[in-house]
Amino acid sequence: MSQVNRLRQGGRIDRARTLSFTFNGKRYQGHAGDTLASALLANGVDLVNRSFKYSRPRGIVAAGAEEPNALVQLGSTEAAQVPNVRATQQALFEGLTAQSTNGWPNVQRDVMSLVGKLGGRFMPPGFYYKTFMAPASMWMTYEKYIRKGAGLGRSPMENDPDSYDHLNQHCDLLVVGAGPTGLVAALTAARAGARVILCDEQEEMGGSLLDSRELLDDRPAAQWAEQVIGELAENDNVTLLPRTTANGYHDHHFVTLHERRTEHLGETAPTIDGVRPTRSRMHRVRAGQVLLATGAHERPLVYGNNDVPGNLVAGAVSTYIRRYGVVPGNKLVLSVSNDHAYRAALDWDEAGREVVAIVDARRNPDGELVEQARARGIRIIEGAAVLEAKGDKRVSGARVATIDAAAFKVTGQAELLECDTIASSGGYSPVIHLASHTGARPTWDDEILGFVPSLVKGVHAAGSARGVHDLAGGLADGAAKASEALAALGKSASAIEPPRADAIREGQACALYQVPHEKPTLRAPKQFVDMQNDVTAAAIELATREGFESIEHVKRYTAMGFGTDQGKLGNINGMAIAARCLGKSIPEVGTTVFRPNYTPVTFGAIVGRHCRELFDPERYTALHQWHVENGAEFEDVGQWKRPWYFPRKVNGKLETMDEAVARESLAVRTGVGILDASTLGKIDIQGPDAREFLGRVYTNKWAKLAPGRVRYGLMCKDDGMLMDDGTTSCLGENHFLMTTTTGGAAGVMEWLELWHQTEWPELQVYFTSVTDHWATMTVTGPDARKLLSEITDIDLDKEQFKFMDWRNGKVADVPARVFRISFTGELAYEINVQANYAMHVWKTLFEHGKKYDLTPYGTETMHVLRAEKGLIIAGQDTDGSVTPEDLGMFWAIGYDKPFSWIGKRALTRPDTARKDRKQFVGLKPVDPKVVLEEGAHIVVDKDQPIPMDMLGHVTSSYYSPNLESGFALAVIKGGRDRMGEKLYVPMPGGQAHEVEVVSPVFIDPKGERQHV
Amino acid sequence: MFYIHCPYCDEYRDEEEFHPKGQAHIARPEDPESCTDEQWGAYLFFRDNPRGIHHELWVHAIGCRKFFNITRNSASYEILETYRMGEQPRFSAEHPEGKSAEQGAAVNVADEAGVVAGQEGVKA
Amino acid sequence: MSDITYGKVATFNTHPDTSIPMESPLSVAFNTGSVPAATSGSRVLFKEQAFLGHLILRGGAIVLDEAVRKVLGISLPGQPLGLALDASGERSVQWLSPDEWLVIVPGGEELDVEQRLRDALGDAHYAIVDVSGGQTLVELSGEKARELLMKSTPYDVHPEAFPVGKGVTTVFAKANLILRRPTEERWELVLRRSFADYVYRWILDAGAEYAIGVEE
Repeated sequence: MSQVNRLRQGGRIDRARTLSFTFNGKRYQGHAGDTLASALLANGVDLVNRSFKYSRPRGIVAAGAEEPNALVQLGSTEAAQVPNVRATQQALFEGLTAQSTNGWPNVQRDVMSLVGKLGGRFMPPGFYYKTFMAPASMWMTYEKYIRKGAGLGRSPMENDPDSYDHLNQHCDLLVVGAGPTGLVAALTAARAGARVILCDEQEEMGGSLLDSRELLDDRPAAQWAEQVIGELAENDNVTLLPRTTANGYHDHHFVTLHERRTEHLGETAPTIDGVRPTRSRMHRVRAGQVLLATGAHERPLVYGNNDVPGNLVAGAVSTYIRRYGVVPGNKLVLSVSNDHAYRAALDWDEAGREVVAIVDARRNPDGELVEQARARGIRIIEGAAVLEAKGDKRVSGARVATIDAAAFKVTGQAELLECDTIASSGGYSPVIHLASHTGARPTWDDEILGFVPSLVKGVHAAGSARGVHDLAGGLADGAAKASEALAALGKSASAIEPPRADAIREGQACALYQVPHEKPTLRAPKQFVDMQNDVTAAAIELATREGFESIEHVKRYTAMGFGTDQGKLGNINGMAIAARCLGKSIPEVGTTVFRPNYTPVTFGAIVGRHCRELFDPERYTALHQWHVENGAEFEDVGQWKRPWYFPRKVNGKLETMDEAVARESLAVRTGVGILDASTLGKIDIQGPDAREFLGRVYTNKWAKLAPGRVRYGLMCKDDGMLMDDGTTSCLGENHFLMTTTTGGAAGVMEWLELWHQTEWPELQVYFTSVTDHWATMTVTGPDARKLLSEITDIDLDKEQFKFMDWRNGKVADVPARVFRISFTGELAYEINVQANYAMHVWKTLFEHGKKYDLTPYGTETMHVLRAEKGLIIAGQDTDGSVTPEDLGMFWAIGYDKPFSWIGKRALTRPDTARKDRKQFVGLKPVDPKVVLEEGAHIVVDKDQPIPMDMLGHVTSSYYSPNLESGFALAVIKGGRDRMGEKLYVPMPGGQAHEVEVVSPVFIDPKGERQHV
Repeated sequence: MFYIHCPYCDEYRDEEEFHPKGQAHIARPEDPESCTDEQWGAYLFFRDNPRGIHHELWVHAIGCRKFFNITRNSASYEILETYRMGEQPRFSAEHPEGKSAEQGAAVNVADEAGVVAGQEGVKA
Repeated sequence: MSDITYGKVATFNTHPDTSIPMESPLSVAFNTGSVPAATSGSRVLFKEQAFLGHLILRGGAIVLDEAVRKVLGISLPGQPLGLALDASGERSVQWLSPDEWLVIVPGGEELDVEQRLRDALGDAHYAIVDVSGGQTLVELSGEKARELLMKSTPYDVHPEAFPVGKGVTTVFAKANLILRRPTEERWELVLRRSFADYVYRWILDAGAEYAIGVEE
């Protein structure tokens, strides 16, 4: 099909460049500079979609972000699929492939329209829930088909070949919108030397100037725009962002801009110099001041069948003709409430097509544009409106009659005008979305018949965005508001002289939203308010009758302004209708809140570079490469990658985790193993009050710990609950090295600073994290001393270097601090060296360890070994509700310390002192093959009906190759008095494991092995 | 996302550099052992949650690691001031427009002497 | 003995007497990851200055200033976010917080500097901590270095907001690091060891479109 609606001349398209594209499987041609919408209209494509709920045929209504119908699915391949693209915002490129978002099996023959008809003449709000909810069990079945039929596009099933990123921006002034007002504002600020960002969502900057009839300084307005954009582009302090939508206004002038960088070039980003640029980018802008020059959206009138393809808003008609050289029909009826919209008829007439009539709701319109229309002999029907469109898949006529808008009545006999296009204008709504995102409620302005934005400090609105709709006024306002913004920044602006605009005198508009019909609203042909969400005037009326009086409730009941539409075309009309039904004024009804995002943002741009291997930081220890090379399976511990276990190949087969852990555990208990413990938090503590500070934050005593000694400590919050544990070593009288759990490191550091800075600033002590400075290697097992003695100058004699001592010396020729502490219950040495030398020491240990079969083990074996010893892991065996007393660790509680340490007072609160609190115990399954599930509940009577009385739960559970049995740690009410009792752990499916309550120390209860 | 003036770095930073730590000016009782259970419970668990002006403790976690206070309007999210440990706010529910210079005289006391010195360890 | 007790605090010489191979925090990246070579088309250059001496200095500004001037010949930057270098540019002192500074010196000097500072500080209340194994320094230069930083940190890196002689601790991708500007052309990143690999991979990814090159 040729471009039947393309004018021979005019528009800003490049006629020398013809582009082919495919829509719903058919090939068409357009030109460079077209949007998909203008190209479809040029080709006479009326039907672009099916509506969301009623599956009615829909066409293009608008020319910009406010388009409710022309949502398309983009992409010729699976990987390139992009849903919910507005055809009005998608630049045409060679090979563009799109299809309608809704419509199943296709947009011409739509199954769901039957449901629309089955639902009767009118599907009320809540139709699907009211109709398909019985029987409840069937909803899942219904839903599958309803969703398939309705649909709102689909995500690709393959990986996105494109990449996306973020750019953090800062500026003095962010100007949103590069129409006349925004351009003058940006120019004012730029010339004052401010850092300026100017963004505009369209393909080209210039806004309304690109299709304006007016002259600026006696030249076409677009020429002036080009000149200003040129000057701004030269300025280093100005960032120009075309194709960039300001989508969200967040706290404190943080605005997210979504830049479509290559969407106009192809469906995936084409490479430039061998590099593939990011397809789109999120600019995260922190602005000093923000100026909103976002313009206005024209409101369509609400009349019967106003959704049939061929119904457009008046301004869109002008845009298509003047900017794209496309006239979207042959015979136009224009229905208006104001002068400004007359431009559509003038443009249509100049395009050489027939204007059947202008239907003006006012009695005696008298502005300059009205005079021009009269002078051309265009028929003007006064005091009237289009009541109803005729036609099915394209408008075929308009029923027109005189009306009394105030009384909401048709007063005259309807006349049927034959036409294929109805354009309407009910006035202009300032685009207040961004201002609303700040939480400021807009206010109704009777003068301009629209909501104007309320503004929080630092936000300015100018031009049409605050109801200053005339060109000269908008230009002056842009300069004035920019100067105000600069003044707020402490910068002075020499006011610039805006270009001279010939003011066109316009008459007063009248208020008209829903056009009355001969029939009552509930029985009249459907009058659509929100076409994207298929909300009709009748739905709003019914909602008010059903008792929804708050506009926020009406919105939620009817879905008006939901989703990607955010009420751009429909909200004001909807509020006006609600006001009429409730007998209130629009300001009394108020407005709903617009929310981010203004238009949909692709997930890629939100995620940016934070995906795949960069999704989250991976923290490596200094020994990471060795672990990788030696086949470690890794476990994520916070952001750390820790070796989980080291499977070996046995008879050509890789061990399972259970097999590897069994082997590693036995090696530690019978030979020697080695663990990379570098992830433990390490805090250097210096100062004369360091010891006093430790005494306050730990539950136990620190007054007498001598240099060379190490002590285990428990750290509580002031509610008495354990928060972390670890060992602290005395390096010097005023110098300590604290260790924390891997996951608790940052939190403990902040905790120490909190108390020091806010409660005890008088204590002379400093904390510094040295977690990353030291690499820590734990050599443990009966052969640990033999191995270490081969490569150290430290005297390892058990009388010289006792359990809970630390010594320094050299290990593998590297200076080291060696700590004799044990998390396995075996003889153990924790070797700390400066991390840059760690790999050498580690490898040397393995060279000498060969003869002892030195076995590397991971976190899983570490867990098993410590659990066999009843050693807790804070955060696994505790959960913020466990006190040191609950754990039975009375030996680590300094009841008689002089200072009331953190957590002490809480231990005597009635709830904390209860005798039946959950206490830490061991559990031994009667069947040794059973490994209980961590988190499983424990009961006395396995036959008690649900809900059972629960005594506690399993906190840790493993199979022990040393015990040749499963075993577990648990917290159980009054557990210490239940030793030897048989309890049950019920499992899903009705089975229950019988367990015996035992001491949590399963191996070496006297702790002799770590002292050898 | 908030833009918070760190009173120690003396410039605005993005919220992601900070951690909120709850209501400000919750002092630990001097002598916990002499507190009744009710008093101790009130210290541990009870916090204000006003709509409007509220004082909060924050820490510049990814930055100078110093704790400081923020006076913030919990309805508008406007931050009226930030101030160092040991200082008193100028804005409060009682003084939403800010105390006058005389009333607010206490504000800067800490700048001059003890509290900051203690924190910065310059006592020696 | 590696520990030398200064009064009641122990210092520690981390370095062996013999030549022992060292591995920087970026060794995994350099050994196993992508290392694009610098070319004439590289608009961002990445260079690690490995194995420098890093010390954390805690204390009051007045107390520390004299000692730092004496030992390093640098005036302690007392204003927030200050970064001061000695004449050679090899030694620097950076404000981290009102009572905390980062001292970076050529590798191997750190213990000597620490001990001389301790000698100079006497009985004052202060702390010095060697963190040389825990962090590394990376230089970024090239015409697109600033844009790469804009992709990565919310901090304002515009020359008006980030002049030479400034340094901040801030967010970088999902990690945090110290960002500083010792000269007009060069940015420095001080990375924590465990995050270094992640930050390196991030920088390479963000720098691909600038043909980023890694200098030896």
